[in-house]
Order: sequence, then C-alpha cells, then structure tokens
Amino acid sequence: MLIKKPDDVKSSEITDRKVYLSRRSFMRGAALLASTVATGFLYRELLSPQVEAPSPAGRAAPGPQSAAKQWGLPGEEATAYKDITTYNNFYEFGTDKYSPARRAQSLITRPWTVSVEGLVNKPKVFDLDELTRLFPPEDRIYRHRCVEGWSMVIPWLGFPLGELIKLAEPQGAAKYVAFETANDPKGRGIPQTDALSWPYVEGLRLDEALHPLATLATGIYGEALLPQNGAPVRLVVPWKYGFKGIKSVVRITLVERMPSTTWVKEVPSVYGFFSNVNPEVDVLRAQATEQRVGDWGRRRTLPFNGYAEQVAHLYDGMDLSYYV
Amino acid sequence: MKEIKFYKLAVFVNALVPLALLGWDWRRGQLGANPLDFVTRTTGTLTLVFLVLTLAVTPLRKWTGAQWLVRLRRMLGLYAFFYGSLHLLCYVWFDKWFDLAAMAEDVARRRFILVGVLAFTSMVPLAVTSTDRMIKRLGGKRWQKLHRLTYLAAAAGVFHYYLLVKADTRKPLAFAAVVAVLLGYRAYVSYTKSSAPLSLKPR
Repeated sequence: MLIKKPDDVKSSEITDRKVYLSRRSFMRGAALLASTVATGFLYRELLSPQVEAPSPAGRAAPGPQSAAKQWGLPGEEATAYKDITTYNNFYEFGTDKYSPARRAQSLITRPWTVSVEGLVNKPKVFDLDELTRLFPPEDRIYRHRCVEGWSMVIPWLGFPLGELIKLAEPQGAAKYVAFETANDPKGRGIPQTDALSWPYVEGLRLDEALHPLATLATGIYGEALLPQNGAPVRLVVPWKYGFKGIKSVVRITLVERMPSTTWVKEVPSVYGFFSNVNPEVDVLRAQATEQRVGDWGRRRTLPFNGYAEQVAHLYDGMDLSYYV
Repeated sequence: MKEIKFYKLAVFVNALVPLALLGWDWRRGQLGANPLDFVTRTTGTLTLVFLVLTLAVTPLRKWTGAQWLVRLRRMLGLYAFFYGSLHLLCYVWFDKWFDLAAMAEDVARRRFILVGVLAFTSMVPLAVTSTDRMIKRLGGKRWQKLHRLTYLAAAAGVFHYYLLVKADTRKPLAFAAVVAVLLGYRAYVSYTKSSAPLSLKPR
C-alpha cells in the first residue's frame, strides 16, 4: 500500500540547511558592516577634527611649504599657514579649536573703525585704511605661546601699538590701556555664544603698550588677516600668553585704573592681569614646556617667551610669582 | 554561532572603530594642527563614553528585560580601561615625555591631574578582576561590591573633564548629567530595596 504524505510544502521549497545558514551569516555580516559604518559616522560627527576651512575668495595660502623657512626666526621655522589659520581660539565663534576657521567667515570686516579714546588729548576714530596709511605694516615674526601649552612662530604684518597711542597724546593720569573686541551680532556677524561674557576685554599697562614689541597686526605671511585670526586688526604681545592678544579690536581706551579683563573676570583664581609667559608659574597647568605646533615633542618654555632681554626691565622690582 | 556570540563580536568590532579611524586620520595627517593634543582628548572622551555604556547596561537590562545585555558589560568595561590606558599613555608620553619628576609634581600641584589619576587607578582592580576565575575566587557578592568602583571611576572621570576645560563646560556637564542619572538610578533602587522590608515590620 502506498501511503502518500500530504505535501503542503514541497520538498523543493524547503530551504536547504546550508542556504539557511549562509543566508543567516550573510545577514549578520551585513548587520556588522552597517553597525561599524554607523559607529564610524557617529565618531566622525562627534569627535573628528573638522580641519578643512572654507577658503576665502581670492586668498590662497601663500607660498609653498618651503616658504616657512624663509619666514622663520633664526633656528625656528615659521608655523605652516594652514595651521595658523585653522587652529584658533576665538571663543565668540565657538570653543573648539577648529570652529573659528569654519564659523568666523561671517565676520564683516569692512568698513572697520578703531576708536582711540579715554584719557587722551586727541581722541579719534580711525578708519582701518587710514590706520594702515599712517602706519605702514611691516613684517614682524614672533613666537606665540598659548596658555594651553602650545606655541607657534607667526610672521605677522603689523605696526607698533605705541605709535598709535602716542598720536592720541595720552594724559598724565593715563596708566593703563583697555582694548575691546567688536560685539555686534547684527552689524559685524559676531555671534554671542555663552562661553564668556562679551565684549572680550583685554588690557596692558601703559608702558607695556608703548613697548616697541607690542604690535597691532593686520596680516599674516604678507596677506590680510583672516577672520579666525582676528581680522581686520588685532593685538600681538609676544611676551604674554596668547589670550592677551585681543582680536578684531574696535576700541582702545586709556584709563587710570587697571581694567577688568575677560579671563581675569571669568576665573580670577587662575588668570592674572599681566599673564607674562613664565615657565616657573603654573597657570591652568604647568607651563615649563610647550608643544610647538608642527613639532613632535615638547620644548622648554622661555621666560617672557624668549623676549626677556627686551621686556624684563618693565617688571623690575615686581615679584612675578605674585603678579601673574 | 550563537546570538550572544555574534553580539559580542559586534561590540568588539564597533568599539575598535574609533581607534581605527584615529589611526587612519593620523596617517593621513588629518588630526589638525596639534595631533598629540587631539589624540589625548579623544581617547579621554572615549574612556568616558565606554564608562557610560558600561553603567547603562543594568538599567537598560531591567527596562527592556533583555537579560543577555549583561553579557556585554565586561567587554564594555574593558574597553573603558583600554581607552583610559591609551589616554594615560598620551599624557605620560606626549605631555611629559616619561619625565617621572614632572609627573609627580603635576599630580601634586594640578587638581585635574590628581582626579584623573584617581579615576584611572580605580579602574585597575576592575580590569584585573574581570576574568571568570577572579569572579569565582572573590565570590559573587564581594566581586560585585568591588566593582562598584566603576561609580567612582565614572564620577572622577567626569570631574577630571570638568576641571580641565577653560570656560565652555557644556560637554563635561552633559557627561555629568548622564552619569548622574545612571548613578541616581542605582541609589534609587538600593533605597527602595532597603526600605521596602522595613515597612513590613510590625510597628
């Protein structure tokens, strides 16, 4: 007798065990791949440095890499233009090193005026073009030391701050100079993030401001300053930590009392008004060594960032571990 | 291959993705102007990420009922230790160039370094006792108690991050909020557990 089993599933339709297993491992392989791609994207989005800056129209990076040597200091190469223009602290445009290069392009730098006011006989509002006509910018190559522990060699284009101040004729009572960054979200395109209180304010003692090394910079590598570097005009005080070099300056005020500066207001226990580079005094972290951008390894930090011979006399008789 | 084995493989591979991309970006010179600083920061962040993932396992397991999640916890914890070790190596190597005296001085003088060292140190016994044999040797209860050091590691790690930023504390505070929720959940559970039997006692 022939017993016929009911065939609701034909044997030909039963998935072969081998096929079933290989399909399963295929699915797993696909799931594994998809998840790693997703993790990769997540990492890229959240943690990768976004180094590529939109290149501003008409401003190509100057010179080939070999130009760095020609621009450097004796025994110290200038830092690459790309590094100088992508690794920035400009907290108005975000606290991440790479965000100013991306976000500061909204900064409107023309027309631009700088007002010199306060305790001066001849207060005046200077148009930027007038400033550079009065004081033709020259090449000034300085070391730049950030309080975060990194440093660069930057070929600035600039003129002595003291010349501008002398032109305004400071009065006898003037002892300090206060500087202010533009703070005008609508007119200038400077956003107001809540990282610090705005406007950014910095200050120098009058004799520091009159020192020939104190510079108002308008360019880097012979080119006009880019927004992320503080366009169109910024302060450079090479013997002090970088945050003293206030960017995109609109106001210079001569005053009698020590101005209350941004970082001192923010963290008075850490920062001091003078903020001279000093390997022996901790600020935020140990300051004995620094990472020169582009270098592998650290180098010793020099007192006054290597400018002791020129500026140490400004602080004769001052205990520099107290006057930080 | 069993399901759980596949999940473990997936975690293992995915947790290596950031390291692989870090290495890839380094080779191509895509880590920005200060690669050493970038690697230090990123490995630090990854340590916190894996500590958070480790701490998320138990609440997630209770919430979803997916008991097998606990079997991924050891690997997540070991990855936290792995990235933490790389982070410490970055500091010892790139920041201090193996200068022991400078490191000792740093620990003594800088609070964020001290707290970071504390966070890392508290992970060491956890990594050492992560094997099946060590769990047996210690006994489940004692092992569990010891492994509550994870709470300290996470809290100290977040505090370390908070102390080192200059002004913008949003990211450290975000981590702090997540860790606070995860630890708060545990405090809540242990509170309700310990108070429930009490209420049954005759007054």
